[in-house]
Amino acid sequence: MTDRLPGFSTIAVHAGAQPDPTTGARATPIYQTTSFVFNDADHAASLFGLQAFGNIYTRIGNPTNAVLEERVAALEGGTAALAVASGHAAQVVVLQQLMRPGDEVLAARKLYGGSINQFTHAFKAFGWNVAWADPDDIGSFERAVTPHTKAIFIESIANPAGSITDIEAIAAIARNAGVPLIVDNTLASPYLIKPIDHGADIVVHSATKFLGGHGNSLGGIIVDAGTFDWAKDNKYPMLSEPRPEYHGIRIQETFGNFAFAIACRVLGLRDLGPALSPFNAFMILTGIETLPLRMQKHCDNAKAVAEFLSAHPAVSAVNYAGLPGDRYNNLQRKYSPKGAGAVFTFSLKGGYDAGVNLVSNLKLFSHLANVGDTRSLVIHPASTTHSQLDDAAKVKSGAAPDVVRLSIGIEDKEDLIEDLDQALRA
Amino acid sequence: MNHDAYDDNYIRSILNGVKSIAMVGASPVNVRPSYFAFKYLAQRGYDMIPVNPGHVGKTLMGKPFVASLADIGRPIDMIDIFRNSSHIMPVVEEALKLSPPPRVIWMQLGARDDAAAEKAEAAGLKVVMNRCPKIEYGRLSSEISWMGVNSRTLSAKRAPVPTQGMRLSLNRTSFGGGQTAASDRAAKNKTEST
Ligand SMILES: Cc1ncc(COP(=O)(O)O)c(C=O)c1O
Repeated sequence: MTDRLPGFSTIAVHAGAQPDPTTGARATPIYQTTSFVFNDADHAASLFGLQAFGNIYTRIGNPTNAVLEERVAALEGGTAALAVASGHAAQVVVLQQLMRPGDEVLAARKLYGGSINQFTHAFKAFGWNVAWADPDDIGSFERAVTPHTKAIFIESIANPAGSITDIEAIAAIARNAGVPLIVDNTLASPYLIKPIDHGADIVVHSATKFLGGHGNSLGGIIVDAGTFDWAKDNKYPMLSEPRPEYHGIRIQETFGNFAFAIACRVLGLRDLGPALSPFNAFMILTGIETLPLRMQKHCDNAKAVAEFLSAHPAVSAVNYAGLPGDRYNNLQRKYSPKGAGAVFTFSLKGGYDAGVNLVSNLKLFSHLANVGDTRSLVIHPASTTHSQLDDAAKVKSGAAPDVVRLSIGIEDKEDLIEDLDQALRA
Repeated sequence: MNHDAYDDNYIRSILNGVKSIAMVGASPVNVRPSYFAFKYLAQRGYDMIPVNPGHVGKTLMGKPFVASLADIGRPIDMIDIFRNSSHIMPVVEEALKLSPPPRVIWMQLGARDDAAAEKAEAAGLKVVMNRCPKIEYGRLSSEISWMGVNSRTLSAKRAPVPTQGMRLSLNRTSFGGGQTAASDRAAKNKTEST
């Protein structure tokens, strides 16, 4: 009865983009404009009043960005999406719809370090509190839920160590608590894991990483699963109550199962302002067209490199969920069977000095603070991102002095292995 | 008829086939969803009739309110019911008494009454439940894509050139696109638990 569903790669190439009706342009045009003319006064009023679909001003929406939004929504199985300037912008826009001063977000302790900073320090100034739980101890989430909890936030594959989160178990806790589950799917991308299929209500991305995939453009995406009932219990007034900035419309009642994405756009992006440049949207869209090809190659290369490292005499341990015997290997086979991603850590027998030496001896790996590039990347957290912490704190955050983090690119794996081998011997 | 998931061609043929739409439960208040939908459909050329006994004597976009379907006094193609699920059946029963009866019964987003749907289908009417005609029009024309909404369509064909500013046509070739199964499941669980 229903139309046959297209596959992931077809969606990655086509969703959201059709030939331009006026010019016939086949690639998505970059609408490098701040604003869009109205047909007449009534059209303008309808757009501002959210009565009509259309473009007003690029801080609220842009046709190039819209193609990116629809494409990621389709890839994730969500009802709608919103593109913003960065992954961090996505996080603040999402939580602004859910949190009031005194409210709490319950977050996994294993998060990207920048997110830990954002949650701990920046959000404190808004009066948003954060409670931390350990994704390796599901009960710790259950115990940390309070009447003030408004959302649970986890990463599907967690930065930096590439650990895999039991999304379904945490989704069940969120459902019982009556709060949405937000999953940062940056390190997996929807090619590996579709959190919505496992119970996520909202998915966020740093599109800077694997979606864009070429290390050339910052971006962030928010995907609405269309699964959460915002009006229930009146816990989320931004969605359920009349909005004074729109003459009293109620967002959920008006927009149904894509209300959250609309709230993020017309209340979050419009008022906080972190709009994505249409040029960056174009770059990220182009990246997404090859996401399935790149992601598989990233995973295959990472597995080969992890296997090589785990047999290397200078290496004391490798944390890669794709290796049999890794503590996350069962979760990887359940949630991410096509591969364990491209970001992982390993430890060196030679400790801190060996880490510093390795980084300086590598010739193909770039030493920088990013992940999800076509190029292979390396960082020694203890001497860089985590250098301000004392040794005990370094160990706790997965940045012990002997730990090195890799983000494996799509080069030939033999060359990556050879480079690591010579650098470990040097 | 599977009322959990409609084929795009089914919805498109309804929206392309009907000319007059009576909206039961239309509101003259310009922040209500029914007002939004009424205005949008009127601007796309449908002959819209607002039905609401509480507003007789007023007009909506120049169209006078009528108290009931029987008061319309001429044949109508589709009835769009902007009432919640518990108020659907009487409207469908009233619609089936019209002569000629309408061709389509459409229940708004959030509204579903399977018994009423069965009754209308037994009389040869087409039924859509828990959908908004404005959203469906926007989805199939791809206008809704400007809001980042997953239109669940793909197309490599050049769409008709927009008319009147940026109004896009329903007559666009499309292929099924990315699904929203999780949201459909959540909607179904919600109707079943209420
Ligand atoms: C998992 C994860 N989430 C969020 C971010 C933040 O994204 P952005 O740098 O685009 O703001 C990053 C960046 O490293 C990340 O790795």
